[in-house]
Amino acid sequence: MQVTMTVNGDEVTREIEGRLLLVHFLRDHLGLTGTHWGCDTSNCGTCVVWMDDEPVKSCTVLAAMAGGRTVRTVEDLETAAGLDPVQEGFMQCHGLQCGFCTPGMMMTARALINAKPDPDEDTIREAISGQICRCTGYATIIRSIQWAAAKERETAAAADGAASTEAAATEAVATEAVAAGSPV
Amino acid sequence: MTAVADRPTHTPAQTSDFVNNDEKPVGYGRMLRKEDPRLIRGKGRFVDDIQLTGMLHMAILRSPVAHARIVSIDTTAAEAHPKVKAVITGETLAGLKLAWMPTLSNDVQAVLATDKVRFQGQEVACVVAEDRYAARDALELIDVEYDILDPVVDVRKAMAPEAPVIRDDLEGKSDNHCFDWETGDKAATDAVFARADVVVREEIVYPRVHPAPMETCGAVADFDRIEGRLTLWSTTQAPHAHRTVYALVAGLPEHKIRVIAPDIGGGFGNKVPIYPGYVCAIVASILTNKPVKWVEDRSENLISTGFARDYIMSGEIAATKDGKILALRTHVLADHGAFNGTAAPLKYPAGFFGVFCGSYDLEAAYCSMQAVYTNKAPGGVAYACSFRITEAVYLVERIVDCLAYELGMDPAELRLRNFIQPDQFPYTTKTGWVYDSGDYEPTMRLAMEMAGYDELRAEQAEKRARGELMGIGIAFFTEAVGAGPRKDMDILGLGMADGCELRIHPTGKAVVRLSVKTQGQGHETTFAQIVAEELGIAPDDIDVLHGDTDNTPFGLGTYGSRSTPVSGAAAALVARKVRDKAKIIASGMLEVSIADLEWQKGSFAVKGDPSTSVTIQQIAMRAHGAGDLPEGVEGALEAQICYNPPNLTYPFGAYICVVDVDPGTAQVKVRRFIAVDDCGTRINPMIIEGQVHGGLTDGVGMALMEIIAFDEDGNCLGGSLMDYLIPTSMEVPDWETGHTVTPSPHHPIGAKGVGESATVGSPPAIVNAVVDALKPFGVRHADMPLTPSRVWNAMRGTHTPPI
Repeated sequence: MQVTMTVNGDEVTREIEGRLLLVHFLRDHLGLTGTHWGCDTSNCGTCVVWMDDEPVKSCTVLAAMAGGRTVRTVEDLETAAGLDPVQEGFMQCHGLQCGFCTPGMMMTARALINAKPDPDEDTIREAISGQICRCTGYATIIRSIQWAAAKERETAAAADGAASTEAAATEAVATEAVAAGSPV
Repeated sequence: MTAVADRPTHTPAQTSDFVNNDEKPVGYGRMLRKEDPRLIRGKGRFVDDIQLTGMLHMAILRSPVAHARIVSIDTTAAEAHPKVKAVITGETLAGLKLAWMPTLSNDVQAVLATDKVRFQGQEVACVVAEDRYAARDALELIDVEYDILDPVVDVRKAMAPEAPVIRDDLEGKSDNHCFDWETGDKAATDAVFARADVVVREEIVYPRVHPAPMETCGAVADFDRIEGRLTLWSTTQAPHAHRTVYALVAGLPEHKIRVIAPDIGGGFGNKVPIYPGYVCAIVASILTNKPVKWVEDRSENLISTGFARDYIMSGEIAATKDGKILALRTHVLADHGAFNGTAAPLKYPAGFFGVFCGSYDLEAAYCSMQAVYTNKAPGGVAYACSFRITEAVYLVERIVDCLAYELGMDPAELRLRNFIQPDQFPYTTKTGWVYDSGDYEPTMRLAMEMAGYDELRAEQAEKRARGELMGIGIAFFTEAVGAGPRKDMDILGLGMADGCELRIHPTGKAVVRLSVKTQGQGHETTFAQIVAEELGIAPDDIDVLHGDTDNTPFGLGTYGSRSTPVSGAAAALVARKVRDKAKIIASGMLEVSIADLEWQKGSFAVKGDPSTSVTIQQIAMRAHGAGDLPEGVEGALEAQICYNPPNLTYPFGAYICVVDVDPGTAQVKVRRFIAVDDCGTRINPMIIEGQVHGGLTDGVGMALMEIIAFDEDGNCLGGSLMDYLIPTSMEVPDWETGHTVTPSPHHPIGAKGVGESATVGSPPAIVNAVVDALKPFGVRHADMPLTPSRVWNAMRGTHTPPI
């Protein structure tokens, strides 16, 4: 069968088998190997991508189901303007070690911050609870997401031309998050 | 030594040790990782990311039963599948003399079964097809007739006279005995036990668990028939060791084999052994003359690759009535599965279990062990266990708590009273291990201070009075890592020394080539920092190459927390060799004698005249330039080394866990976890903290959730991540870490290694906390995993071992 979808802003059309999983379509047919395959049961979340702006586990979605829809993967996080703050946050706060779960974690984090610009620790834990990381113990992932959210709030405040006192307060939050990412 | 909390969440902020290295230290300190830019962009290159022109895909047919004789295998229908290029069976391999392969323990293991299947999930045949779905389809078309045999599932019955013999492939084998092993002085230990005031016994089970790295195992084999050259991308923690074994097993010349371990998605010991899938992929590429990819799925990973633990330990501790620990004695029944596939130094069939004397000054210790075969997957040494020190530490820290229970003593006080004292180091244990350095009490005190130990006990007393179940658990561990000295340690005859090569380019940039291989530990960062500290070249100017046998020197790979103790030493020493040569060149450049030069990080200066100096970059250019060099000095600025460690290193730590147990549901919640680690000199504290966090999470998994169990027919009950439970963000607390620094006296930079410390140290802390919470029920011991049902049974006095 033929499937057409928008992946990272580009429309793609491919001849596929109806049973093809989205994760394998992205990896093997489009060469987007940033999305990983870690289990067969929707438990590990290393395959998380966006479908129409919602995180989904691409090992549990048929490529055919993504027909006519918009898919976004880790490869689309960085733009001409630079790294996504989520990517920066993971680097700054050591939110990754082997890096295998990282793309899925970052896609979930990006969606979370879009929905909730100032997520607290419990909210973040809940948001990433469908994903497994074997290396980090999650604390640094949570700090990474807090770091990204704080940076975005700071940027937004500056862009809005907010009162200087408010900007200073936001900066303090960002600084706090950065400090939390520092183990020394 | 220093004693500083990393993240003093519950104590006032301590910043005395804060070193702002601007995240680009020329040496040790927090530095962002060089690996991260590619990984956060989804541009890592993992094995399954490799796509080669014309590449075929392989899938493996596995045994559905635990024990059966193979009557027949019919591959006709599979071969007729339009997309299938080859079907390989044990018979095919037998024709190539590859049906069996050696394990890393000098046993043999079937690559593809020819006579019998000996565990559920064992490899029986494989299919090579045009795509991965077609390969799976064709597995369904293979018809295997099995003559089902009784399986040996219960390890306690493996040596019963009526037990079926699993390894009838071994000539003359008439039982399921694998090996016996003992350590320590039995007579001396028995004598101490005979006169002790108090003897406490407890059977302590460390169930079978699985490392389950996020990336499963796999390989891409590409055999070039014209050159006779094999390139193998594989998920291996030990590329050089694997290459040598392939050369020995397959008869391929070693110089024609290139093993590449690209980015690896976590290893934890799971990627040390050679699995049949790797060998089959190689054979498939040779037979089809095409590149062949094999990547196992999660279920295959869990049911067939290297498991961990599976020890039943009958522990005994002898003490005086006022709490002086005198001796330890234990007998271990070890389940090694169907083939002895442990990856440990050959002279250590039980790994480093001999370190079970722990951190205490004993009069005597003795351990006997019987290892047996069962109809389960092979393995045993994995999951960040430091060659079985997880089991050893769990035994000693659990039995010490049992002693505290019987004596009515505080478990912290009991430990403090029995520690090996600083002036006793180097300390030789009663089982012959020479602890290099240690100063245990300050580490323990710091953990207690961070935890607010006295306040916690007061809170616990209040809660108990109200019927609430709160537990405080302590574990103090001494690790033994950095295998190892050549005189003592080898794997399949390969010594455990590590090579390292360093080259300074003319412009002063550098490349260091390692034999070890990161699976997430951050070698590309920390090894650049080690060289930077020695040469004063910025880490960003130092490229770290690893994981490619064509481009790196020989060494045994990354496991057992050995990278920093062994290869880290090699990197420091090779840099010093380069510095020594640079000094001679500098003396020529400055026209002074070598004795008149002094090293300032990054340059040599004339003593007393620091402004007259040459940088390492200037020296590098001179070394490659046209100008004269001092007499007898060759051009270029490079060196190589093979580092043979004189001893292991012995990191240690104090862990305190606080749990709350719901009296209505028996659900355990880890409320706090305080970890104070001493890994000697610290290279990158950010990376150390990350390693500790990961290990603590492993501990929560093993203590509360994880078990690879089997039913009576030998069916694996942990074959998916729905059944094998791994901690998510919801099961773990925010970690509170601290550190002390007691350098290793024999390591060139004093570093000891930390990769597995937390996995080793955390399970007993958590179990001790849960048992402490259950004290009102008279519980002295309960076995992992402490799931709600198992805790519920413990509360009701009906707790049984999991195996």
